[in-house]
Amino acid sequence: MSDKTMSAQDVVGRLESGMTLGIGGWGSRRKPMALVRALLRSEVTDLTVVSYGGPDVGLLAAAGRIRTLVTAFVTLDSVPLEPHYRAARERGAFELREVDEAMFMWGLHAAANRLPFLPVRAGLGSDVMRDPDLRTVTSPYPDAVSGIREEFVAMPALRLDAALVHVNRADRAGNGQYLGPDPYFDDLFCEAADAAYVSCERIVDTAELTKEAAPQTLLLQRSSVTGVVETPNGAHFTSCVPDYGRDEAFQRLYATTPYAEFAERFLGGGEHAYQSAVHTWRKERER
Amino acid sequence: MGVTRAEYCVIACAEAWRGAGEVLASPMGLIPSVGARLARHTFSPDLLLTDGEALLVGPDGTPEGWLPYRRHLTAVTGGRRHVMMGASQIDRFGNQNIACVGDWSRPRRQLLGVRGAPVNTLNNPTSYWIPRHSPRVFVERVDLVCGVGYDRAGAAGPGAARFHRLPRVVTDLAVLDFATPDHSMRLVSVHPGVTVEQVEGATGFALAVPDEVPFTREPTAEELELIRTVIDPDGLREREVPDPRGGAREKGASRADGGARGGERPPGRGGGGR
Repeated sequence: MSDKTMSAQDVVGRLESGMTLGIGGWGSRRKPMALVRALLRSEVTDLTVVSYGGPDVGLLAAAGRIRTLVTAFVTLDSVPLEPHYRAARERGAFELREVDEAMFMWGLHAAANRLPFLPVRAGLGSDVMRDPDLRTVTSPYPDAVSGIREEFVAMPALRLDAALVHVNRADRAGNGQYLGPDPYFDDLFCEAADAAYVSCERIVDTAELTKEAAPQTLLLQRSSVTGVVETPNGAHFTSCVPDYGRDEAFQRLYATTPYAEFAERFLGGGEHAYQSAVHTWRKERER
Repeated sequence: MGVTRAEYCVIACAEAWRGAGEVLASPMGLIPSVGARLARHTFSPDLLLTDGEALLVGPDGTPEGWLPYRRHLTAVTGGRRHVMMGASQIDRFGNQNIACVGDWSRPRRQLLGVRGAPVNTLNNPTSYWIPRHSPRVFVERVDLVCGVGYDRAGAAGPGAARFHRLPRVVTDLAVLDFATPDHSMRLVSVHPGVTVEQVEGATGFALAVPDEVPFTREPTAEELELIRTVIDPDGLREREVPDPRGGAREKGASRADGGARGGERPPGRGGGGR
């Protein structure tokens, strides 16, 4: 098995401006924040971002890296509305393709299964249908009782140039493991992408993966993973249970600080500089 | 201690899940959560509830199942769920908006986004909880249709209307539904202390109002005991809906809705029937 370990900087070096980029996690939960921070340090821009949005979207929107966003929501969970995302939307900073949570999932399924679309009931009658690119499809099979051939939304495949996800553990070959209560949709993001980059809290030997956890925690298969990055605390400030919960105090700081000021204090250096700046901030607060 | 407005709201929310059977109750917001738990403790013991993340839990918090988001979405599309969502705006046919205020292409105020409102409303019973009944929420036309109303579901064809159902809307003033010939919103009951005129004044469109409007029912002694000592012992419900008889009245009058609910009138007079 080939060794796929690389640095966050290596990952970003493989991304290009104009790409369609899927970001795993959900809201403010298990987001690949260290990879997003690395992206912010790069020149990569003009992105189509596909995400169940949280602070990943807020940061990229504030930094002006998004051309088009595909999402069903953007939230910080404990802070319902993402302030930097809101500000960017209200100044018309990027194009939005707004779909329902389920439509989004079926779009990833379609891409992962190499289908052009999948039929969903969700969306009919709602204003997501204002998207001129969304089409409907009629069932070839009439309903057994009514005889009606139902019409559905043909949710187009959300094919990705690259995916970024963060999990608790991985081996060097790209087998990825989640240890929290919810896998979210990270496996689908990887399978829907031409290249998938997985950051993890800790790289372990393959044999370690199933020593203390059941095999069904092995969410990501190496066949759909391109690179593995060890980034301890790499989902900070989103949650990454059981390794750590959300850093609520820091998230509040993020949500109430103007982006430029936040970026200057926390995003100027590399990942190590970020983690030490957070550490310093915490110490100051304790005094 | 008398029954507070928040407690009537809890009862009105709990009633949404009466007779629901063995389905997932998905309450969004504090008072709907208290209501769903109350229903599970009393008249709807077969309801499934989550811990707010990925576990199905019993009344004492014992996990009984796994429900990550991907399976939650199957509970929705399979129809074995009754959700109570919030609404930033709702109109007379039950179209709901939680996404943004103003023009979608460049909103005046960006809110949550459509979330799961489209899939919810087309697939499983969807009720709404509105903690501040005002003309800013109850509007003639919503800025963006996230949750689908009866007129839009009907116009979108049989596939859209097939599993569409909006059982009730609960607010801090009243209970409403869509049980009229054209599925426009109807006043079902007012909470004790609220007048029909108050509800009409707080609604930005003409409601269907029957000749006799009853009060929302009283909680039983057992229900009050469960709400106050077991489900919400810290009284968080009173913060979501302050009792109009309490110290919160001045605060209520200075709300952004301009006191449109007419809360300055003495409660109890001319209450329900008219």
